[in-house]
Amino acid sequence: MGTIRHFIHFALGSLRIVTRGNLLYWLWVGLLLVLIAAGGVAYSRQLGEGLITTNMRDQVSWAFYIGNFTFLVGVAAAAVLLVIPAYVYHWKPIKEVVILGELLAIASIVMCGLFVLVDVGHPERLWHLIPGLGLLNVPSSLLAWDVIVLNGYLVLNFVIVTYLLFSLYRGRTPAKAFFLPLVLFSIPAAIAIHTVTAFLYNGMPARPFWNASILAPRFLASAFCSGPAVLLILMQLLRRFTRFEIDDRAIWKVAELMAYAMFVNLFLLGAEVFKDVYSNTEHLIHMRYMFVGIGEHKAIVPYMWLSVFCSFVAFLLFLVPATRRNTITLNVGCVLIWLGVYLEKGMGLVIPGLTPDTLGEIYEYFPSQVELWVAAGIFSVGFLVFTLMVKVATPIMLGEFALDRRPGQPAPVAH
Amino acid sequence: MTRSCNGPTTAGVPAGACTGCAGSQPPVHAAQPLPSRREFLCVAAGCAAAATTAGCTDLTHTGWFRERFRDLGADEKAGILADLAKEHSERFHKPVTVGAEPPLPGVEFGYALDISRCIGCRRCVYACVEENNQSRDPQVHWIRVLEMEKDKGIDFAHANAYYDAEKVPRPGHFYLPVQCQQCQNPPCVKSCPVGATWQEPDGIIVVDYDWCIGCRCCMSACPYGARHFNFAEPEIPAEQMNPKTHYLGNRPRMKGVVEKCTFCIQRVRNGRYPACVEVCPVGARKFGNLRDPNSEIRYILEHKRVFVLKTELNTRPRFFYFYGV
Repeated sequence: MGTIRHFIHFALGSLRIVTRGNLLYWLWVGLLLVLIAAGGVAYSRQLGEGLITTNMRDQVSWAFYIGNFTFLVGVAAAAVLLVIPAYVYHWKPIKEVVILGELLAIASIVMCGLFVLVDVGHPERLWHLIPGLGLLNVPSSLLAWDVIVLNGYLVLNFVIVTYLLFSLYRGRTPAKAFFLPLVLFSIPAAIAIHTVTAFLYNGMPARPFWNASILAPRFLASAFCSGPAVLLILMQLLRRFTRFEIDDRAIWKVAELMAYAMFVNLFLLGAEVFKDVYSNTEHLIHMRYMFVGIGEHKAIVPYMWLSVFCSFVAFLLFLVPATRRNTITLNVGCVLIWLGVYLEKGMGLVIPGLTPDTLGEIYEYFPSQVELWVAAGIFSVGFLVFTLMVKVATPIMLGEFALDRRPGQPAPVAH
Repeated sequence: MTRSCNGPTTAGVPAGACTGCAGSQPPVHAAQPLPSRREFLCVAAGCAAAATTAGCTDLTHTGWFRERFRDLGADEKAGILADLAKEHSERFHKPVTVGAEPPLPGVEFGYALDISRCIGCRRCVYACVEENNQSRDPQVHWIRVLEMEKDKGIDFAHANAYYDAEKVPRPGHFYLPVQCQQCQNPPCVKSCPVGATWQEPDGIIVVDYDWCIGCRCCMSACPYGARHFNFAEPEIPAEQMNPKTHYLGNRPRMKGVVEKCTFCIQRVRNGRYPACVEVCPVGARKFGNLRDPNSEIRYILEHKRVFVLKTELNTRPRFFYFYGV
């Protein structure tokens, strides 16, 4: 019974924390709420009139929503890049911030779910996916597998984070026998969400641009860049605005790992480009659409070159120790990586894969206003979820929010 | 999932669709001691507590809490078909029938198209629209006629579906109409996360419009651009609406679901030709039963040299192309 009572205190205390903050906090939360409302208005229009309000058509039947979904599955795996050094190599500076990665994973999966929700024609029928009530078409449908692994990953991270925070709140040492297997399991689980999402595209021989076995490794490599980029910026913000101490070495180590991941990412892209360009088969047409355009159809070309440019510059910034240790170049690198991978996964994977379509038709897609607003709303939901979770987690990790202790009182709890 | 094999749709029909489940489960619809999924959902929805079965029937017949059509018992199917017929009759101000004719035993449909005869007139495209109640606004076409350059052969990269000609055929060009190829190894069926699309024992790939969630995986998976999504509420002028419909075929669709060619399931299961075959002014379109050695389709397979589109993908279409002259 004590545990339940403590948990209720924990929940109520958390509620108190998220409803108290300074002006900056409320401005941020207010901005997110406004964007969420705007996204909601756009989505209600889409629900009413149908997906005709997007710029998707039969020729390009998946686009911006699914691109964002794919990108965010990548971000969700960011946690793993922290979990491995922390728990496999017992590297202490990172162990202290590993929970941030898991919170980011939760927020990302929430956004993934929302992007799938807004993409389907009949969201009210999604119960058809629930085994027993509906019919989850496993093993043959890759989307069915994706539903399983993404929900599993969400639950896994939620359990780990809640358990760790609740233990710290009660001033107890988390039971290793319980959480360590879960944390270790989250490593293959993160790889699984990527692999299955990659296979969703990969398993479609109708689309030669996706039907390349290099796709899943490329997903992993780019994910290990984009997710940590968010974390690096977040760590610095926490360090500035709270008493949270984050070792510089943790930041530099993550940046170093990102440089390696970005190298692999660029290398695999190069391998893909070589295969298509040198072979010069009819399949080259998708790569041509991506990087040079076909005739007057060049809508995405500048974005794709921007993506390559950002990724390459960021790789150099993170590779050279001096620039990854300099605050300014480090943050420039983070933004460049985020942008580079966002353009590549968000648009560069889905759109050229579907253009030209299977019968050779070119429909030039570019997101509609409704799509942009809905996406802004979903990103705001994700940022809001993340903000609230970090708001609660930070004082717990600092020992300021704990059972039988008033906020503000320093705590003897060690990590 | 195995219950689909015991449904009345497939009962008694010789087919390969039911392998792997023989005897693994008793027939689900014979004497049910346990509450069905539908009843369970009804309880979950809270309607059983208040309004007994009447409220429950309302909920299931409106579609939300209904099972997949192929999993339903004969009585439930009949109820749904009657409801749909009534609903569409009111909407289009004329008597509309919604059938669910099962596959005919010993029948597997096949199609052959003579590209040396096709003149690219697109009569098939519009006959299909009228027969199958496709949306007029926005326009949905199940058949795409591609104009190709003779010196390039079948080359999709240089094909043009939007040719606007005074007279067809245009010199230097030939025409390749493409519609659902009714693959024996259909990538669309494989990709559907909820099993809303499947292959019937007579080879026709169908969609349960009331079960489709509109995720469009099947559209990405289809190598022939044969699947079409209702991006908006389909619009059909009442006077042009074809009142003879099939549940798995040309009944009016709703927005947000995928649809496709069914070889005119409402016609062919009643011994008629598909509309595109009937309308073709040059007799380029041939149709028949692949399992009947005396059928025209079998004659073509044996005496003409046929090919299928995108052989390398191993989809094994039941839609063949040939050069008749």
